Amino acid sequence: MNPIYKEIQKRILVLDGAMGTMLQQYDFTEEDFRGERFKDFPISVKGNNDLLSLTQPEAIKAVHKKYLEAGADIIETNTFSGTTIAMADYQMEDLVYELNYESAKLAKEVVEEFNLKTPNKKRFVAGSIGPTNRTASLSPDVNRPEFRAVTFNELKTAYKQQVEALIDGGADILLVETIFDTLNAKAALFAIEEVKEERKIDIPIMVSGTITDASGRTLSGQTVEAFLISVSHIPLLSVGFNCALGAEQLHPYLKRLSRETPFYTSAHPNAGLPNAFGEYDQTPQEMQALIEAYLQDGLINIIGGCCGTNPEHIKAIAEVAEKYEPRILVDG
Amino acid sequence: MNTEKIQHTKNQKPKTKFLTLSGLEPLVVTPDSNFINVGERTNVTGSRKFLRLIKEEKFDEALEVARHQVEGGAQIIDVNMDEGMLDGVEAMTTFLNLIASEPDIARVPIMIDSSKWEIIEAGLQVVQGKCVVNSISLKEGEEEFIRQAKLIKRYGAAVIVMAFDEDGQADNYERRIEICERSYNILVNQVGFPAQDIIFDPNIFPVATGMEEHRKNAVDFFKATQWIRENLPHANVSGGVSNVSFSFRGNNTVREAMHSSFLYHAINHGMNMGIVNPAMLEVYDDIPKDLLEHVEDVLLDRRDDATERLLDFAEKVKGNKKGGDEKVLEWRNGELQDRITHSLVKGIDAFIVEDVETARQEVDKPIQVIEGHLMKGMNVVGDLFGSGKMFLPQVVKSARVMKKAVAYLQPFIEEEKDSDAQSAGKILMATVKGDVHDIGKNIVSVVLGCNNYEIVDLGVMVPPEKIIEVAKKENVDVIGLSGLITPSLDEMVYLSKEMERNNFEVPLLIGGATTSRAHTAVKIAPNYSHSVVHVNDASRAVTVVGDLLQENNTTYKQQIREEYDVFREKFLNRTKKKEYISIEAARANKFQIEWSSASIKKPNELGIQVLEDFDLSILKDYIDWTPFFRSWDLHGKYPAILQDEVVGEQARDLFQDAQVMLKDVLTNQKLKGKAVFGLFEANSVNDDDIEVQLSSRAQSRDLRFLTLRQQLKKRSGVPNYALADFVAPKEDGLQDYMGCFCVTAGFGTQALAEAFEKENDDYSSIMIKAIADRLAEAFAEYLHEQVRTKHWGYATSEALTNEELISEVYKGIRPAPGYPACPDHLEKDTIWELLKVEENIGVKLTESKAMWPAAGVSGYYFGNEKATYFGLGKIKQDQLEDYAVRRNISVEEATKWLNPNLADG
Repeated sequence: MNPIYKEIQKRILVLDGAMGTMLQQYDFTEEDFRGERFKDFPISVKGNNDLLSLTQPEAIKAVHKKYLEAGADIIETNTFSGTTIAMADYQMEDLVYELNYESAKLAKEVVEEFNLKTPNKKRFVAGSIGPTNRTASLSPDVNRPEFRAVTFNELKTAYKQQVEALIDGGADILLVETIFDTLNAKAALFAIEEVKEERKIDIPIMVSGTITDASGRTLSGQTVEAFLISVSHIPLLSVGFNCALGAEQLHPYLKRLSRETPFYTSAHPNAGLPNAFGEYDQTPQEMQALIEAYLQDGLINIIGGCCGTNPEHIKAIAEVAEKYEPRILVDG
Repeated sequence: MNTEKIQHTKNQKPKTKFLTLSGLEPLVVTPDSNFINVGERTNVTGSRKFLRLIKEEKFDEALEVARHQVEGGAQIIDVNMDEGMLDGVEAMTTFLNLIASEPDIARVPIMIDSSKWEIIEAGLQVVQGKCVVNSISLKEGEEEFIRQAKLIKRYGAAVIVMAFDEDGQADNYERRIEICERSYNILVNQVGFPAQDIIFDPNIFPVATGMEEHRKNAVDFFKATQWIRENLPHANVSGGVSNVSFSFRGNNTVREAMHSSFLYHAINHGMNMGIVNPAMLEVYDDIPKDLLEHVEDVLLDRRDDATERLLDFAEKVKGNKKGGDEKVLEWRNGELQDRITHSLVKGIDAFIVEDVETARQEVDKPIQVIEGHLMKGMNVVGDLFGSGKMFLPQVVKSARVMKKAVAYLQPFIEEEKDSDAQSAGKILMATVKGDVHDIGKNIVSVVLGCNNYEIVDLGVMVPPEKIIEVAKKENVDVIGLSGLITPSLDEMVYLSKEMERNNFEVPLLIGGATTSRAHTAVKIAPNYSHSVVHVNDASRAVTVVGDLLQENNTTYKQQIREEYDVFREKFLNRTKKKEYISIEAARANKFQIEWSSASIKKPNELGIQVLEDFDLSILKDYIDWTPFFRSWDLHGKYPAILQDEVVGEQARDLFQDAQVMLKDVLTNQKLKGKAVFGLFEANSVNDDDIEVQLSSRAQSRDLRFLTLRQQLKKRSGVPNYALADFVAPKEDGLQDYMGCFCVTAGFGTQALAEAFEKENDDYSSIMIKAIADRLAEAFAEYLHEQVRTKHWGYATSEALTNEELISEVYKGIRPAPGYPACPDHLEKDTIWELLKVEENIGVKLTESKAMWPAAGVSGYYFGNEKATYFGLGKIKQDQLEDYAVRRNISVEEATKWLNPNLADG
């Protein structure tokens, strides 16, 4: 059995913070993104953060290291957009396997380095599986509500490829995250189940949805409870929410989630809501206080940060997470 | 592991095994739940009307059928497309996709009903919620049953299992329980299907068919239901109720009574879900007693002649059924505007054309319906969305109703136009690169389109190059950009720069959920020399574009620009939300100087000195002229200001006059300069105070300067300064020093100014005051230099030019009370007491601690080379209270003096 099942009973596990926010600090140019290998690539690749795993692997490793140093137990691979569907924007569909494989490998290398130093505190690599940039249950065309820009099978195929590469690269966990359309997530879960069956393996799955606006629903319109019901058909390590909202806004939804789910729970909120310029300015201390409120309520098993968070946020979160017992699953 | 971790309270429901389903909202079937009612009208095999609508692709009406079911109380809707003439996969996919766009319908779970696996699978692939598959069975054998069940589980659905096996359909009690038990065991033990997600359909067959073997059809169903509920843990029971009354087609009175009665008994036996037509249900208690008795005789098989008796009775009650008038929807009785708003908010398009037509007849021009009625409704939608009371799919529906209304009005609007009327302008609309959200953009496009603008809609994820290219090619009059996600903001900034670079002149409109006036004003508008306007609702878009494109639009454009400039300035000046730390924390983060006797210079001349009748002409070269011009509202640095294009001439005249007056003042000694200063032994005490040690002199007590400390939270490594940090702490045991001073060049100013005023020469009156101020400042600068190089003497080798003096490149500082490093005016009292300022040079302090004469400067001297100027910023209540104690005044009084520096809250 995966050792994470043991760890998660012992303590609240800390997930890392944002990758994108950290990479912004490097201020990589088009040339940096391209590296030597893609210097003649026909279109602009600046902004394709996943590609940096190939062209700037040291930067990616450095970010992973910073989060581990800050106290993260689980780090996410740099593969949020690592599907053929999302990579189509950059005409890099062919690189998907390699991107995921290499990203998982990088993360695993760093994690193993740390695990060697402290064999008693095991850390894990979560293969990040993003939502892609298409929605399976919403039409992008207001005049053609029956139209879909992507089908379940297309999503399933794309996710399957990502999942296989992440596992091959050494991911310990799969994290289906930032789910704004539950049907996309269901395709990802379907793909994971296929891989599990074909390879006769088991791998822990984390699922994390996104409440997008003040209505308290996902982008595709589901309530917290409906979302939870829609993804609970597969045995999950954890279910939770990330992105879009800050820790404060997420709190009531986590309460509902924690009350309803038989799985472990996770949360990785943004560092507050973005200001008028799309920047996140919640300080680590502010976020820590809001997270502590979750822990006081006993809502959480896995806690981390999403957009706008950095190692200082994670450090502050890890500090407070250590003070509390993890949420206990209610036995049936 | 830390054993003192904080325990939390449990806040979870105990894990239970209930059937849970979901649409946009959850449906949990617990023992306390009422019977779950599955709507059956969206079934081509059961409804001829629905079949016709699907065949004719009248999807709007077909959706109405579904909506009607949900509004009528269906908690799940059954969708069936099994008809020979239909492409079932296609029809199922299309209809379920359409339902997904109807939040009023999609809020309930879907039951995917088909006898063909490929249709079921197609349905499973388009529904985000947890649905029910209706149905699978052992009909084709175990292997296929297991395969389908596995896939259903993987797709995340519950399943209805028919009591059907390789030998056929179960038609008696024993077969029913045998097949159900076998199916259950395979599902639970081999497939790992959650037992609570299994729903058995033990077959509801018609009664009163006249055939002997059908007599027990209902009774066997009831008994089997009970057995399942008692013997197959967590499993549910469902069935298609209308089957039971099949023999009485055409006689709704009997059928309705039979359905009600059947349900009543089935529910009592444990059936917890069923497919029923709520319109075909009588309330059990309302069934006439005689009819009920006849019906139940049949259902419960109570008499041998039950069927005949019911058939006879049925003839009597046939047709005396109350008229089945469609219930008139209550909201239809409201006012016209309310009806239109209701349609928009609820996304109902059935009546919108009718209502819009009524509205059209009430207004002068059809366009007014859009700008009036419809926009009012859309504003309600916008408000509800903004406050979280509507969510995105609902808003999309509203947009569709809006579109339908507009489409209806379009021909009337066209008709109104002169045949040769030109388009009011061409507008390019695009959702920027990386963003797929276009609802807002579409609404704005529609509304603008209705207002006679030609819309060039580039759709979503449009790269900036394409926007530029099309805008040029099409020669558009306005460019509108939209975006919902935060990265879109940067795209818009980029595009504004591109427009500038490409010498565009057309107005740029910005809209979309994350955009804001602030972002537009601060980040976008400055990049583009022409109009940039933030428009966040469609109704404003028409006015804004109209104003931008009118012929004499310079004023409007100017206005917009100014509005944004002002807004930007305000925004940037607005102090960012700041974080403060406690005074203890601030003291802990004080500025640290490595104190050593080597870094401390004992002053050459300790004690107080007075300069009387100082020759002000020495100061000529020490004057900093820049503030002089500022006092006349001329902005710019001296001497460059004299050559300034705009104010240069005025500055030169002014400077000329100043020179004349200065010469007169100096040569004729019209003003008197005096100064007093002192250098003392001093040490900082208690972090923030400076104790001036006078014990060696004849003073009765030591004096203390009270300094204030920055409390704004700093980046790590940046200290929270107080002036006391620049003096060695007493506990270090090192004797340190500080000084203070007061200079004036003001004696005589008043008389001169009054003389000028008497001659109505205000100009000269102001001039003499300005010059006196400059001389006082210069005096302070001069004296500081003397102190550094001579009296204190820590900078004997200093040789600085006037410019260097002004830019304060020397070591040591001379901060003045009332200025940023030391906003506390009460400190002047201490200086006055220490230096006996009034006795020595006659400068007084007014009640509000202003110096009189006004042209004077007073302050401290700090000699340490690390001493630096800083701004105190805001302080918190804790420091204020601490300060009040140190100053020995009330908190109220302290508040009065330090008010501008107190942080809110």
